Amino acid sequence: MHAQALLWLELGGLILGLALLARLAVAWRLSPIPFYLLGGLVVGEGGLIPLVPSQDFVEIGADLGVILLLLLLGLEFTAVELRRALRSGATAGLLDLALNYTPGVAAGLLLGLGWAPALFLGGVTYISSSGVVAKLLGDLGWTANRETPLVLSILVFEDLAMAILLPLLAVVALGGSPLGAILAVGAALALVALVLTVAARFGEGAGRLVFSGSDEVNLLTLVGVTLVVAGLTEQLNVSAAVGAFLVGIGISGEAAQSARTLLTPLRDLFAAVFFVFFGLSTDPAAIPGVLAPAAGLAAATAITKIATGWWAASRAGVGRRGRVRAGAALIARGEFSVVIAGLGAAAGGAEELAPLAAAYVLIMATLGPLAARAADLRPRSQRKRLRIRRLARRRPGSGRSAEPTPGGPAS
Amino acid sequence: MTTAIQQTPLPGVGVRYDFTTEEGLRLGVVHHHSGRRQLFLCSADDPDSARVTIELTEDEAHALIDVLGGSQIVEALAGLRQQVEGLGIDWLTLDPDSPYAGRTIGDARIRTRTGVSVVAVLRGAVPHPAPGPEFAFSPGDTLVVVGTPEGIGSLGHLLRRG
Repeated sequence: MHAQALLWLELGGLILGLALLARLAVAWRLSPIPFYLLGGLVVGEGGLIPLVPSQDFVEIGADLGVILLLLLLGLEFTAVELRRALRSGATAGLLDLALNYTPGVAAGLLLGLGWAPALFLGGVTYISSSGVVAKLLGDLGWTANRETPLVLSILVFEDLAMAILLPLLAVVALGGSPLGAILAVGAALALVALVLTVAARFGEGAGRLVFSGSDEVNLLTLVGVTLVVAGLTEQLNVSAAVGAFLVGIGISGEAAQSARTLLTPLRDLFAAVFFVFFGLSTDPAAIPGVLAPAAGLAAATAITKIATGWWAASRAGVGRRGRVRAGAALIARGEFSVVIAGLGAAAGGAEELAPLAAAYVLIMATLGPLAARAADLRPRSQRKRLRIRRLARRRPGSGRSAEPTPGGPAS
Repeated sequence: MTTAIQQTPLPGVGVRYDFTTEEGLRLGVVHHHSGRRQLFLCSADDPDSARVTIELTEDEAHALIDVLGGSQIVEALAGLRQQVEGLGIDWLTLDPDSPYAGRTIGDARIRTRTGVSVVAVLRGAVPHPAPGPEFAFSPGDTLVVVGTPEGIGSLGHLLRRG
């Protein structure tokens, strides 16, 4: 067959497969991330169907996926919101870091992975999936709840922490000296501080300067600026992902809103490619061997997230049920755990890291939404009144599958 | 007695406004960055959790405000109108593409050009009474203006076209 024809057939087949998996995830009201990972494990090296011609495209697409994931994450929050979260949410954020980073590092060392992979594993267990959590809050009708601002500010803190962690991990991965690590983290800190200050003062103006009336111009400008900044930060050893994140923070107001609308479809496509890539570069044969430690780590870090949410919510005077909800909402790990594991796997080192992280994210991205729905269960006497909300959601255009069922799949 | 409305930022989502009614129910609105707004009501036994959430379109929100009798500023101005013949009071919404979005009252020279006074600006649920010339408009603001009907007409034109 023609080489070009084979490339399109393979790529098309892969993306169609992803569409099928995403459809399943929507129908079961779960995050699509574990589905994409499973899809990636099935194809590629060691899987059932080897991918040959499209490997290069998938590899570059995956890198682009990481950059777009981080750019959209930066667009999610304005500089003002980030600064406020730093000021008011620092205690809860630091507790979250201590409680959820440590189990990963400890597990890595216990399994004999060595220091560098253990530090990556800590990153994997630390960061909640802001994508999954944000969707849960909306679907379950928790947006207006009293514990929700605390959950959101913990997520914001994690994202800022990641901007510091990624360059640190990048230096660790390269086996750099302590001096190199300090320099990279210093550069990242300086960049973050600079962007936060500049964006808070001139963000809207900068957004308006870059943005024109044409969607086409805006899309090209945004992607171009992001890639250039990503390249520059990569050169500074600060990691391309952090550069993209900073571009996202730098744009705020109206401009950020329209940038999100423009880039979300692009992000969804390339992020899916990224998850598949992680799956297909992981050897599926190694998964059964790490399933037990992954499950143990999942159980431990589900408990530490619940503890984090419980503590933060109780400090704000939220009642017991709200504290459980705050904890359950934070359990889900997803896209950023895979980003960090991907960095770690690319750096080499322990072979067990990628399969362990894949198994861990498979469990946590599924368990998180289920746990949150379980926390949403109310005494039987109150179920009836809930119907009001469920009826109201049934609007034309919103399919049955998108409708949240607060009682979970069992109800 | 005025009700104290609590304002809580929701990073990445928007702002939540809420208060507790005399009956002890927490009631409020979530304004999303995207322009969505949700009315919510919490139950008495779990005041932290929104029991009912209602999505409102802009028109529905305005209709609800009308039914409820408008804000306190509106009521106060309705009283004022009765006292002065020939005085026009109107509410003008600043379109996102207005040339004055982001600029100040002073920049627009509203008083000089139209003889109309901006007596208050409503931003979301928050009123800014008696704004000074340094007050900067932002898109979606509702301007409460007082002047002659002609003056108000030309101000509406000015805000749209510059």
